[in-house]
Amino acid sequence: MENTKKTYYPLENVLIKHFTEHAVEWEQSDPPEVTSQRKGAMDYFKEKGFPNLKMEKWRGTDLDAVYQEELTVFDEETPFDKKVDEIFECEVHGFHTRMISVLNGSFYSKEEAKLTVSPNGVIIGSLARAQKEYPEIFEKYYGKLPNHIEDGFKAINTAMARDGAFVYIPDGVELSGDTLQLIDILNKPNLAVNTRNLIVLGKNAKLSFLHCDDSVNHHAGLINTVSEIYLGENAELELYKLQNINDETALVNQVFIDQAANSHVKISMLTLNGGLIRNEVSDALNGEGASCDIRGLYLVDKEQHIDNHVSVLHNAPHCDSNQLFKGVLDNKATGVFNGFTYVKKDAQQTNAFQRNSNILLSDDARIDAMPHLEIYADDVKCGHGASVGQLDEEALFYLMQRGIPFADARMLLMYAFADDILKEVSIDALRITIEDMVKRRLRGELSICDRCVLHCSNPEQPIIFDIDLSKI
Amino acid sequence: MLLNIKDLHVSIDGKEIIKGLNLSINKGEIHAIMGPNGTGKSTLAAAITGREGYEITKGEILYNGKSILDWTPDQRANEGVFLSFQYPIEIPGVSMTNFMRTAMNAKREYKNLPPMQAGEFLKKMEEKKKLVDINAKMTNRSVNEGFSGGEKKKNEIFQMAMLEPELAILDETDSGLDIDALKVVANGVNQLKSEDNGFLVITHYQRLLDYIIPDFVHVMFEGRIVKSGGKGLALELEEKGYEWLKEPYAG
Repeated sequence: MENTKKTYYPLENVLIKHFTEHAVEWEQSDPPEVTSQRKGAMDYFKEKGFPNLKMEKWRGTDLDAVYQEELTVFDEETPFDKKVDEIFECEVHGFHTRMISVLNGSFYSKEEAKLTVSPNGVIIGSLARAQKEYPEIFEKYYGKLPNHIEDGFKAINTAMARDGAFVYIPDGVELSGDTLQLIDILNKPNLAVNTRNLIVLGKNAKLSFLHCDDSVNHHAGLINTVSEIYLGENAELELYKLQNINDETALVNQVFIDQAANSHVKISMLTLNGGLIRNEVSDALNGEGASCDIRGLYLVDKEQHIDNHVSVLHNAPHCDSNQLFKGVLDNKATGVFNGFTYVKKDAQQTNAFQRNSNILLSDDARIDAMPHLEIYADDVKCGHGASVGQLDEEALFYLMQRGIPFADARMLLMYAFADDILKEVSIDALRITIEDMVKRRLRGELSICDRCVLHCSNPEQPIIFDIDLSKI
Repeated sequence: MLLNIKDLHVSIDGKEIIKGLNLSINKGEIHAIMGPNGTGKSTLAAAITGREGYEITKGEILYNGKSILDWTPDQRANEGVFLSFQYPIEIPGVSMTNFMRTAMNAKREYKNLPPMQAGEFLKKMEEKKKLVDINAKMTNRSVNEGFSGGEKKKNEIFQMAMLEPELAILDETDSGLDIDALKVVANGVNQLKSEDNGFLVITHYQRLLDYIIPDFVHVMFEGRIVKSGGKGLALELEEKGYEWLKEPYAG
């Protein structure tokens, strides 16, 4: 199977070369199962390479420019020399989180904090450490999702990812009170990083998890993240993905979820900024009575591109799923929404809904909305729909008749449009912060710079957090 | 003169709806416009408030002596023209409080005044809520979202009370109201009436005019005012219907 792809992109060459040079070394420390997964995945990658526009699932998202770059593969740990809040300042105020971070693809913390175990059995830390210290948990779950190799990004991640975040919540434990916050950042130029996260919730376990993709400079880069999430029976997960990266970074983010009976997942994917973002969520409802509610909001402008692929697999009866994605696209921004709901033959009494609504603010903005249903059971309630439109003229006139100028009226309506997604954020302090960020984003005031202490573009710029009530 | 409309012609998509309308309103006056459906009453309201798509092909609208035809809808609003909508719009995710504060401060900014202090604003809101018997919780809800027909109309009058317009146009404010809500709305209007403002009440039925007593009643038919009179005209219309007025003008 080797080298069946005729020519490679520069970035493919860089990745293959890195793998070839390090495979033997990695084999020393990896369990045989992982070594074999790496080899299989690399064979796939050598054969198929990165995805391209000709592939059904990648129509509309062109990463050619990224493939042409000779980015540096970085898979080393960054030595801990300063606290992450000196690199990156988190904006969520009045909101207590337990914060962990992945810097340039590897878990970043002081040596003793790389992997911590709480008295209740909760394990949080570096995936690379968990592989060594908790092989029984690691090997039970890592790479166990079916069809884990489906495209070049998944394959190259499986072949090359060496670290990321590991979260294990044992049976019956609720990580309540604090939300766990994972910050994923790049602060070096021109890196290609492969990060892997593994999150396991036991039976009746509960986790509220905030995953922030941020960048702290304006250098180009590629972040390729794969997260595997397993929920035991009756487990509950709230996952918030907050994406605010620079216009130069490409982010490919894949989340695979396996849900046992009566488990519940709620996801909010909030994309506030990013040059090129591809989110793929694949959620398998494998046990009776499981449910998921996956919502997304994307606000893109300039020449940004956002691609959300969501698939929900109803593999068991009596499961409910909901997908709601809303987006506002301005200037020459482009987007893809691809929602897929699959209902297996025996998955009776399924309720599955998906909806994608878009507002295009300019004639040059574009969205490809592709909702799909594939139903093999006969006792189901399913619905899907997509809409693309402009702002409601009547509502705009109503606001202007109250004296509100066009630009402000337009912003208020965009904010109102986003509300379906924002109101579902159940942690008050987080919701208020996100609402504030959305308001500032809509006013064109949110930049990735005012969130980081480096302030490369405007070093003395003060950080302002107050919500300006006069504006909204 | 507060409003002076001269030989107004208005078209929508090239079709002429208002065909030469004249109307003058002075401060301190309440004018009612009545008439059958489809005769151009709401079009007149849209033309005065500057709604897009309503093309003024001929004539003039003077407001306080100035032509407003080139003004944007927000400029007209900030100069004191208010429209109580026949079908108020729902705006999910934007609370009434923030909506009103945005509107009030837009007007203040237009008048080169500093934004209103939060305390002063809230006090004013409390005061005006009483005027139309608005539930305290209503202002925390999103604008018109899930409001009943009556609540939406009360909310329009509440907004009018907050914004204190010079010229208030009430477009079919009575439609969909039960008698109790109608009384509340009318009471709100009567309390807001002063020597410094004027009202244009558009209605299909006479019953609203039992509670808001007009100084002048105009009957509109096929894009023109075909008869004007005092409040007695409304009663006459209630009794005789519109047919007796149509005949000389139809076709």
